Amino acid sequence: MKITANAVAGTLESSDVYVKVEPCDTLEIEIESVVYNQFADDIKASVKEVLDELGVESGRISINDKGAIDCVIQARVETAIKRAGGNK
Amino acid sequence: MSKLVESIKEAIKLCGLKDGMTISFHHHMRNGDFVLNMVMDAIAEMGIKDLTVNASSVFDVHEPLIGHIKNGVVTGLECNYMGAKVGKAICEGILEKPVIFRTHGGRPSDMEKGTSVIDVAFIAAPTADDMGNCTGKFGPSACGSIGYAFADAMNAKKVVVITDNLVEYPLADFSIPEVYVDYVVAVDQIGDPSGIVSGTTKITRDPVGLKMASYAAKVIEASGLLKDGFSFQTGAGGATLAAAKYIKEMMLEKNIKGSYGMGGITAYMVDMLEAGCFKALLDVQCFDLDAVRSIRSNPKHMEVSATQYAGVSGKSAGVDNLDVVLLGATQVDLDFNVNVHTDSNGYIMGGSGGHSDTAAGSKLAIIIAPLTRARLPLVVDRCLCKSTPGSTIDVVVTQRGIAVNTKYGKNADLKEKLIAAKLPVCEIEDLKKMAEELAGVPKPVKLTDRVVANVIYRDGTLLDTIKAVK
Repeated sequence: MKITANAVAGTLESSDVYVKVEPCDTLEIEIESVVYNQFADDIKASVKEVLDELGVESGRISINDKGAIDCVIQARVETAIKRAGGNK
Repeated sequence: MSKLVESIKEAIKLCGLKDGMTISFHHHMRNGDFVLNMVMDAIAEMGIKDLTVNASSVFDVHEPLIGHIKNGVVTGLECNYMGAKVGKAICEGILEKPVIFRTHGGRPSDMEKGTSVIDVAFIAAPTADDMGNCTGKFGPSACGSIGYAFADAMNAKKVVVITDNLVEYPLADFSIPEVYVDYVVAVDQIGDPSGIVSGTTKITRDPVGLKMASYAAKVIEASGLLKDGFSFQTGAGGATLAAAKYIKEMMLEKNIKGSYGMGGITAYMVDMLEAGCFKALLDVQCFDLDAVRSIRSNPKHMEVSATQYAGVSGKSAGVDNLDVVLLGATQVDLDFNVNVHTDSNGYIMGGSGGHSDTAAGSKLAIIIAPLTRARLPLVVDRCLCKSTPGSTIDVVVTQRGIAVNTKYGKNADLKEKLIAAKLPVCEIEDLKKMAEELAGVPKPVKLTDRVVANVIYRDGTLLDTIKAVK
């Protein structure tokens, strides 16, 4: 799936995550999290898993995490990407 | 005769404040306090250095303290609670000498025992006369009780009353009498009363919080303590206030006449008093303006000193007869020790206040907190800071399960009662496991070996240390 437009998903509420995706020639992932010290690796793994599943090879993915659990992060990332690229 | 002097600077001069001395403040104006900053600015301008500040609590409004620490005016800090702004700076190591954390009961008792010596106490007084009789009940900056300031007034070598509502002598219905006061200063404003209300003094609408509150109320009911003569304290957290509302409903329904409510008093405790749930309120500080109105007008709403509230130096204290206290926590460990000093990254953002005093005194000390907060589990192997010893905690209530502390040879019967009441009783280890299954296992926080604060228990012994954050 290719990211062709800007899109967002999620909120900045505690235990949620705000995901922003933008078109970009390369793949860039930025992660900001209130639990970065404790869960940075888990968050990165969650994001990567969704990108791989959807076949996303380029785009700027910005994660602003307020302590979301993995399934929430994955759902928000998936939604943002699908909003940014249509279903194909 | 009059004790009125022209300015804060003149009072400081007359008190003979010198480098290396200790000064004290109380925190009833909470995050609306102007007095600590006014006095510290005056001291800095006068060139006095190397002072220890003993403030019953340090709030975010006191952020200018950071500057006074950096420029050497303040080289020691002692308090019972510290907000996140100053707390973060302390954890980054700006103060060479470790902060001394006491409890609301330990602070006045250490003054009375002579282990904490105050050279000059500054009392923020919403109303005072020119001889120093003062109170928090009246005036444009009324804050209600000034219970924490009694020990300062009675034990400091010099006492300065700072007011923005100077009245003719004698002030009727004073709290602190003139016998302790050396000087009186009138200023434009001692604080902003809207800052008395902190963010946490409203009943939660969060379904998780309401679930916890409902469980906590059921634990109290099942414990058998909810009967005539019931005494109760709750903090100002959203879920604990919701629990108070459920308890009120149960008391009214069963026509239970309680004895007293205590602590920092909120509108919800006032409401319980007025509904006949309690004979009296023992109030060491007001958490909102409804409590201020009540203490001014209702003789059953009584001001108490911190010593009478929670001290160990008096012959008895209110906490000694407390049936139930509801308390919060940032972390609880497998031995039921509780952290209320630091956040999960190790930064100071609180303090004991009366947490460990009431836990020690009460028959039933209940911790009420969510299983996880922003992905971080409540229950950990070892707390980053031991604020309250696990031996004084009886029950931990979360939205997913209730752990009864039977680790110290007590509460076996309580556990049976809660199981019989069909409450979701589990082990403390189960709460940790549930959280980790849901949210993952957090990596441990890296701290340095440098001690930035010593946590002193109510009896004066060292309970734990807080280390600088990497």
